[in-house]
Amino acid sequence: MSEPTETTLIKTPDASSKNVFGFWVYLMTDCVLFASLFATYAVLQSNTNGGPSGAVLFSLRYALTETLILLTSSFTCGLGVLALNRGHKDKVLKWFSVTFILGLSFLVMEINEFNHLVQQGDSWRRSGFLSSFFTLVSTHGLHITIGLLWMIVLMIQVLKKGLKPGTVRRLTYLAMFWHFLDVVWIFIFTIVYLRGAIYP
Amino acid sequence: MSNPLNNSKTHYSGHGTFKTYLSGYILSVWLTVTAYLLVVHHNISSGFLIAWVVGLALTQFIVQLVFFFQLGKGPKPHWNLFVFLFMIMVVLILVFGSLWIMSNLNYRMTPQQIQTYMNNQGGF
Repeated sequence: MSEPTETTLIKTPDASSKNVFGFWVYLMTDCVLFASLFATYAVLQSNTNGGPSGAVLFSLRYALTETLILLTSSFTCGLGVLALNRGHKDKVLKWFSVTFILGLSFLVMEINEFNHLVQQGDSWRRSGFLSSFFTLVSTHGLHITIGLLWMIVLMIQVLKKGLKPGTVRRLTYLAMFWHFLDVVWIFIFTIVYLRGAIYP
Repeated sequence: MSNPLNNSKTHYSGHGTFKTYLSGYILSVWLTVTAYLLVVHHNISSGFLIAWVVGLALTQFIVQLVFFFQLGKGPKPHWNLFVFLFMIMVVLILVFGSLWIMSNLNYRMTPQQIQTYMNNQGGF
């Protein structure tokens, strides 16, 4: 009797850590995607074609607000994972809802910034610099959008079925994905916004 | 013990505590705001400033990897750390290789060659 229970006990964490490792490998390949977009941006950032540069277009305070909102959402997402490990369903829902609201505010701010630029006539068609800027930042925004949709689906699952093993695993992946998006944003904030303000 | 929730403590997410998340958050906010204030005040030369800001970003990168991802903790061997280091290598080759090649092309193309090219092609 004791032997089969022992093997299941050993196998389960091993299998789940393998899954987490698989998701980690996906995140690393996504880093390579972002790196190629960063390289494109770095090459094209001075090609403004007579148009405005980053120093003219970007508001540093606005970008800082976006950064702090995303950072706070990464933190609340971590608190959600802590609640997940303790099996507190209500706290999981609470912290992931806070994360969702913060993520949504971030996305709204980003879309607002894009809309403002396009209205001014500084869209991706203006210059090589703006094409690479929109590609880089909106790829991040697209990841955020997918993360938010994923969060809704998982919260509905938790609400309806409770903390099932499968849902717990998916929420763990989602948390990793969300932390990863915050890490990518550090570099967007530094290379696009801060560097843009240093070299006008 | 057969509860799957207990088992989840042995992998990635289980190693974090409230303390690690909170210290990671406070350090990240501090590093972000410091970088922002340095750029806004702009007291030092641009070269030094960009070095400082990139240094602060890399510090925050490491802080988040340690405090949010718990990278390098958990049972050995650290396969996730190996994949991470390989990713860093690919990223460095990709980014610095692109910048090197493009600046070299830019350097070797004379204004006259650009003018001839533009005349032949009718623009870029």
